[in-house]
Parts: sequence; C-alpha cells; structure tokens
Amino acid sequence: MSFEESERLETVPPSGIRRYFELAEEQDDIISLGVGEPDFAPPWAARDAAITSLERGQTSYTPNRGLRELREEIVEHVDDNYDLDYDADEEVLVTAGASEAVDLAFRAFHDPGDTVAVAQPSYLSYVPAARLAGADVLDVPTRREDEFKLTRDVLEASGAADADTLVLCYPNNPTGATMTREELEPVADFVREHDLRVFADEIYAALSYEHDHTSIATLPGMRERTVVFNGFSKAYAMTGLRLGYALAPPEAIESMNRIHQYTMLSAPTTAQHAAIEALRNCEDEVAEMREQYDRRRNFVLSRFEEMGIECFSASGAFYVFPECPWDDSSEFAEALIEEQGVAVVPGDVFGTGGEGHLRVTYATGLGDLKEALARIEEFID
Amino acid sequence: MSSREKILPLLRENARYSNEDLARQTGLDVEEVEATIRELESDGVVRGYRAIVDRNQIEPERVRASVELNVTLDRETGYDDIAERLAKFPEVEGLRLVSGDYDFAMDVEGDSMSEVSNFISEQVAPVPEITQTVTHYIMETYKEGGVEFEDGDDDDRLSVSP
Ligand SMILES: Cc1ncc(COP(=O)(O)O)c(C=O)c1O
Repeated sequence: MSFEESERLETVPPSGIRRYFELAEEQDDIISLGVGEPDFAPPWAARDAAITSLERGQTSYTPNRGLRELREEIVEHVDDNYDLDYDADEEVLVTAGASEAVDLAFRAFHDPGDTVAVAQPSYLSYVPAARLAGADVLDVPTRREDEFKLTRDVLEASGAADADTLVLCYPNNPTGATMTREELEPVADFVREHDLRVFADEIYAALSYEHDHTSIATLPGMRERTVVFNGFSKAYAMTGLRLGYALAPPEAIESMNRIHQYTMLSAPTTAQHAAIEALRNCEDEVAEMREQYDRRRNFVLSRFEEMGIECFSASGAFYVFPECPWDDSSEFAEALIEEQGVAVVPGDVFGTGGEGHLRVTYATGLGDLKEALARIEEFID
Repeated sequence: MSSREKILPLLRENARYSNEDLARQTGLDVEEVEATIRELESDGVVRGYRAIVDRNQIEPERVRASVELNVTLDRETGYDDIAERLAKFPEVEGLRLVSGDYDFAMDVEGDSMSEVSNFISEQVAPVPEITQTVTHYIMETYKEGGVEFEDGDDDDRLSVSP
C-alpha cells in the first residue's frame, strides 16, 4: 500500500499563490490587495433568509439540480439581465460554487487526449480541472495590447482551431478585462467554424462597469455549444456559502448532473435559501456594491496613472492588472509584502500572458486602498 | 450621471474625503469637484458637515429624548409656524412632521433628565397650540446616520486567495 499520487494528480502542481499567502500571513500590519473575494457581507435579507431556513430546520438535501424555486429565480434573473433563455427544469444545475460546475463540465465532456484551450491569464482552477479530467491544456495567451481581450488572432496563432473546448472568462479574473458583444462576435465565429464547445465563466457578469455584460451564449449558434457558469460568490458577496450554477442545453446538464448526483448530491441547502432571497429582493444592495467597486476602480486607476505605472483601464470584476515596475513580478510581490506589508499577486501565477504584471484587487475599503497605494508609491520611489 | 450625482453620495458616505480623492473616485477633475461642492453648498442642498459621534463614549451622562407632540391648528397658525418656533430652541436637535398618532417627532438633548423634563414642561408644553407631549428617553443608540455602533467587524478573509 502507498499513497503514491496518481499520474493525473502529478500533472497538477501546488497552487502558485500559496507562497504569497504564507508571506502575507507572517506580516502583522498587512494590507492585502491580493484577495479574490468581496469585502462586503452578503445583503442582510439574504443572510436573514438563511437564518430563517435554519430556524425552520430546512436542512435536508434538496433535489440534485437544486430547489425548483431557486432554479426559477435564476432563469428569470439571467433572462432579465443577460437575455439568456433557459428552462428551469432541464437547463439549470445548482452547484457548490461555480467551482464545482467548472469541475463537472471538464469531467463530463472530456476523454484523455482531448484538448482544452484556455484563454489566459485566467482564474486558477481551469487548468488543473481540465488535467484532472485527463484532457490536455492548450494555452491561449491574451495580450496587453488587446487589453487582455480574446481575439481571433491569438486563437489562430495558438492552434485553438484543433481544440475540443475553449474556456473563457469575462469579466476576467485576474485582468479585469471585459468584452462587448462586438468583440465576442469574432470569437463566436471562430468557435462555430472549428466546431468547438465553449465554457464561459461569467461569475463576474454583474460587475461590468463600462458596458452591459454580454454572454457569449446569446450570440447566434452559440447557445447549443456553450456551458455558462455563474454564481453568488461575487455579485452577492456570498463566497463562503458556496453556491453557483451552470446553464446549458438539456443533454449537457443531464451529463453534469450525473456526476453531481453521486459526488455532491445537492448544493448547500442553507445557501440555496439565501440565494432565492438574494435574487428576489437584493438588487439594490448589488447595485450599491457595484457603485462602490466602480469608484474604487477609478481611484486605483488614477493612482497608478499618477505613479507613472502603466495600467489599462480594466472595466470589470474587482481587479486591475498594472504592469510591474520591475522585470520580475514575483520578486516585486515578495519584496512588497516584506518591506511594505502590501500583498498583491504576480501575474505569471495566472498563466501565460500574465508575466510582467500584478493583480491588484480593489475589493477593499477606500481607507485601506489609499494607504496600500501610498505604500506602493513609496516602495517604487 | 451629473457631477452632483457623482459627488453627493460620496460626501454623504464620508464628508472628509479630500477633493483629490473625490476626483480620483469619480473621474472628475479637482476643479470640477470644488465647483460642484461650492454649488451644492450655495444652493442649500448640502446644509453642513458634522461627525457621527458615539456620544456614550465621551459624555455618557448627557441625555437625549425623542418627544411626540400633538398640536391643534387654527386659522392663523399652521404646522410651519409651530415648527419654526420650536426649531429655534437650542435644545431641539431635530424636528419632523410625521404621519400617524401624533404630529411632530422632536429630538431633544440636555445635560440631565431634569434639564430635559424642565425644558419640555416649561418651554414646549406651554406653547398654546401644543395639546400633548410624550417624552421617550433614549437608552441606547445602535445606529446613527447609517452607521452601526458595534465593534468593528474584522476582515476575516484569507490574505491572499485566487
Ligand atoms: C473567475 C472565477 N470563477 C470561479 C470562481 C469560483 O467561484 P465560486 O465561489 O462560485 O466557486 C472564482 C473565484 O474566485 C473566480 O474568480
């Protein structure tokens, strides 16, 4: 007997952010601009609904696909906000965070030897999840000169035409880039021409500051080949409640649900009750959080400009992605934590195309944000 | 969004933001910010700036009360006349005409309970139009001006996360 790792797991290295986490934990007076979650609490009404459900003892499993009431609210919400048209019974799967939905999708549709093209820099879980599903990963590095939008050029240059699945995430973590409908069109054309499947992580859809979010699934011929991921972690500040969902055609949801029903059974029940209330009655709070993020975004972008640090005008999520003043962004990030007590994450952690940049999160109160940026300014002087 | 609409929520959130920080957050330039604030002030939209203080920490003896007032009106006297008269007293911190069982809700402050009671019985109750007063002494303040008076909630997020 031994606990020798499987060959699949060996293809997945330990997370690249761990090191910065450990360094940050050693500092007393740390201000962290290195987090990937909101600084707000969920709207009170949603928390209250969770508490009430506990008081009523509503703690059983729910149907595998999630409470029907919640699926109906989700369907109405995505229709009202993103013009997405899905059926509550057959085309929605409620999951333990968008994270679970991502994992299910990779496992449901890939065999060893399949290729997953991942637009990068990107959120950290796609590459490991694809590899654990046995698929090969193809990097599709987006470029600073395109403001980290995915273009037909980079898709062609990277060989994505031969891939089976394309993964993209807009508004993007870590760059804060967003894509308009017009910018998504050439991507959709490419995908249709080469008959790819698309995984669209739209968890930051509610946090798009300069234009309305467009889901790639709403472009012609895309719905039938797309799985959309969304959830409650970002827009509703519900990260620890672990609730997300996938939207896809019936046969795809059916397949994903077949894994989900054995490995998860159902998403957290308490969180589902909170989410129903969040979708029904918390739009004002979401709008207020969005406004706060937008002001902080303006603030951070102005400060980087004043410091002479190049930073494209990131327009979504709660990240900006400035160029690193030093050649080595890992070294910079380490020194910044150790000498100034400010944590940011070097861009290379998020994959090809991220090197030479820093991910700076503005999901932090203005007071701390101001202080952290003053420390960065002092550091680079 | 007009520059007023951009600036006002920020001032209401924190009136001590510097003009530079207001400019950085709104995308306006500093001159526009200054001009907008001057305009808001001169138009009487912004009536003043003051700190939200947890008084319990600095003057625990001081007493505050909210007082319900019932009035009768006649041909010569309207609500505004009565309000104008009451608002002039320095003891009166706030005054609103409300719907429901009584007419005015008035906030009063004083150094002691007897000072507040005396003020009500000697200055307010004798006003001819006032027919009834009910005084509620404030025992504890939990939230004021949108700010909760609890111990600050710590940021319990992991310091670095994906
Ligand atoms: C792009 C992206 N997708 C998915 C997730 C995970 O979300 P959830 O909390 O719903 O699992 C995150 C969280 O940081 C994210 O940034």
